[in-house]
Amino acid sequence: MKAIVIGCGRVGSSIAKQLHKEGWDVTAVDEREEALERLGESWPGTFLVGHGMDVSVLREAGVEDADAVVVATDGDNTNLVVGQVVQKRFDIGCVVVRVLDPARAKFYEERGLRTVSPTSAAIEVLTDVVRSCIAREPQEVVG
Amino acid sequence: MYVLVAGGGKVGANLARLLLRAHHEVTLLEQRNDRYSQLEEEFGHNVHHGDATELHVLERAGIERPPDLVLAVTGDDEDNVIICQLAKEKYGVPKVIARVNDPRNQAHFDLLGISPTVCATSNILALIEHEVPEHDLIHLLELRRENLEIVEVQITDDSPVAGQRVDTLRLPDGARLISVMRGSESEIAVGATELRAGDQVLAILQPGKEDELRRVLLKA
Repeated sequence: MKAIVIGCGRVGSSIAKQLHKEGWDVTAVDEREEALERLGESWPGTFLVGHGMDVSVLREAGVEDADAVVVATDGDNTNLVVGQVVQKRFDIGCVVVRVLDPARAKFYEERGLRTVSPTSAAIEVLTDVVRSCIAREPQEVVG
Repeated sequence: MYVLVAGGGKVGANLARLLLRAHHEVTLLEQRNDRYSQLEEEFGHNVHHGDATELHVLERAGIERPPDLVLAVTGDDEDNVIICQLAKEKYGVPKVIARVNDPRNQAHFDLLGISPTVCATSNILALIEHEVPEHDLIHLLELRRENLEIVEVQITDDSPVAGQRVDTLRLPDGARLISVMRGSESEIAVGATELRAGDQVLAILQPGKEDELRRVLLKA
């Protein structure tokens, strides 16, 4: 299975490494050459310097026969546009887009783009942690 | 008319000023702090501070009314795409106009159905093609929704089609001649029309067929 990861920061590079570990053929793309450092010295996959809006970069990354594309640069709007272009122009079924803003993530999710909002996830987890420590306190008093 | 202008750079600020002068209702949105302070001196409460791709910023600017027109004229093409999509599809704005900063992004705007768009670089290039004689094929009109364009070609003395009838030409698929202008007379190009050196020919074709058409008509 072939995956392209666009945006190779903390999130993108970890996804690239994880997918590679699970046996995927992974191509990582980032505007900055330094991003390769995040993948580690022994990165066995492909790494390309370029912008996700550049169709020639997408082609070079092998978008035409990719099974999955992950778009995780640090710009929400860049991710949303690149994700839609990949989905519509190259007809990739599995396109996953990172969107920090929960409102935009929800709107584009409703329009058929798979968005993931780390902000929403963080809000849920943090709220759950607060609930669970409050729930535990009375037991300590009783005990 | 109520117009929401997203992006308070030179383009957005000038548009807002002209629209206000023409007695339209305008809200200008600007993200950068320092630029916003500048604009506030001139535009007062007509300018709002914030990122025009954030729903709550758009809503504060009155996008739910909705405006008659949204102009997405920031310096960032991705932002302009998102502003147009939100305006049209989430808030039902009837008309949007988008600025394309990098002509290489034009295809993305087209793919995502964002129209009309304005790209200064492409416009200047079209003017160059019109003004500079070396360009033997001039783009006159782009019909983006139809994926067609209309071009003008001048038949030269050494053109292989000078003296030939239109129905004998081996035109590329996806290209047709529309009319032939000779001197000040113009006629519709039919099969029996004979081409001559000096004729100005209008053709309709699919984008990307220019080189093939040029080879047939001019053998450049």
